[in-house]
Amino acid sequence: MERTRLRRQVALTRQSLFDQGFLDEQFIQLEDLQDDANPNFVEEVVTLYYRDSARLITNIEKALEKNSLDFNKLDGFMHQFKGSSSSIGAKKVKAECTLFREYCRAGNGEGCTRTFQQIKKEYATLKRKLEAYFQVVRQAGPAETACWPK
Amino acid sequence: MGSNSIVSNRRMPEKMNCFDLSPNSNSDSEAEEVHVLAVDDSLVDRKVIERLLKISSCKVTAVDSGWRALKLLGLSDDEEEDKSSSSSSDGFEGLKVDLIITDYWMPGMTGYELLKKIKESSSFREIPVVIMSSENVMTRIDRCLEEGAEEFIVKPVKLSDVTRLRDYYMATREIRSAGSGINVNKRKLQESF
Repeated sequence: MERTRLRRQVALTRQSLFDQGFLDEQFIQLEDLQDDANPNFVEEVVTLYYRDSARLITNIEKALEKNSLDFNKLDGFMHQFKGSSSSIGAKKVKAECTLFREYCRAGNGEGCTRTFQQIKKEYATLKRKLEAYFQVVRQAGPAETACWPK
Repeated sequence: MGSNSIVSNRRMPEKMNCFDLSPNSNSDSEAEEVHVLAVDDSLVDRKVIERLLKISSCKVTAVDSGWRALKLLGLSDDEEEDKSSSSSSDGFEGLKVDLIITDYWMPGMTGYELLKKIKESSSFREIPVVIMSSENVMTRIDRCLEEGAEEFIVKPVKLSDVTRLRDYYMATREIRSAGSGINVNKRKLQESF
C-alpha cells in the first residue's frame, strides 16, 4: 500500500513540474535514457548540472559587478548556461536566459541585472523542487521490481 | 544465398569476400559497433551525448575540446607547444573512430574549425563529421555543410537524432567499405530497412 501511495506521489509531483512549466520535453528525453543498469541517470545529470553551472553563475555575477559591462563576455557565459539548462529541460530557467541574451545584445545592463536575479530565483526554485522529487523517487523504489527490505 | 550473413568490416578486409555464416555474425559484436568521438566543452552535454550514444549501441569517446580530439586522432600539429605530451608523432597510433560529433560553439577551437582541420587531412577526411548547435542559424548550417559536415543537429540532442545518425552511418559504411560492385551488400542495406 505504501509503495502504491509513494508511486502515486511520484507521478503527481512529476506531472506538476510539467504542468507548472518548470520542465519541458527534454526532461522526458533524459528519463527515456534510464534503464535497470542506469536507474538514476536523470538525477545524475541534474546533480552534475547544478554543480557545474554554479561556477557559471559566479562568473556572470562577477562580470555584472564591473563598472563597464562586457556584453560579449556576458553573452558567452549565458550561452553556456542556457545550453546546459536546455539539456536538462529547465524550461523557466531557459526562458529567462533567452531574455538575458536579448538584453546583452541590446547592451542593456539594467535589463541584464534584473533578468539575472530572475534566473537565480528560477534556478534555486527548480533545484528545490527537483531535490524533493528525486527524494520521493528514491523512497518509492525501483519502478518494476518489488524489493522489500528483509 | 546467405547474403544476410555478410560482415562488412573496414578493420578486417579479408572477410569481405567470404560469407560468414557463424551464429554471431549478425549480432552487435565489437567489430560492428560504431565508434563515435564526441566533442563538447559542456560537462552536462557530454554526459548526455555519451549516454545517448551508448544506449544506441555505439562505442563512445568523449572529449572536451577540438584540440584534444585532434590529439586523440593523431592529427595534432602543435607538438612544439606541448612538450609535456607523452605521445610523439612517430609511430603514434591515433584513435580509430567511425564518426565524429561535435558542438559548434566551443572556446578555443570551434566545431567548425575542427571540421575544417579534419576535412583538410588526407588521412581523416573520410570520417563523417556531424555538428551540433543550440542555435538554428541558416548561414552557420550552410557553412558547415559546405565544409563537408554530414549533418547539422539542433540541440538539445534527442535519442531519435542519434539513432537516425547511427542507422544512416551503418547503412553508408557498408557502401563505403565495399567500394564498387558488391551488389549483395546493397541488398542487405535494403533488407535492413
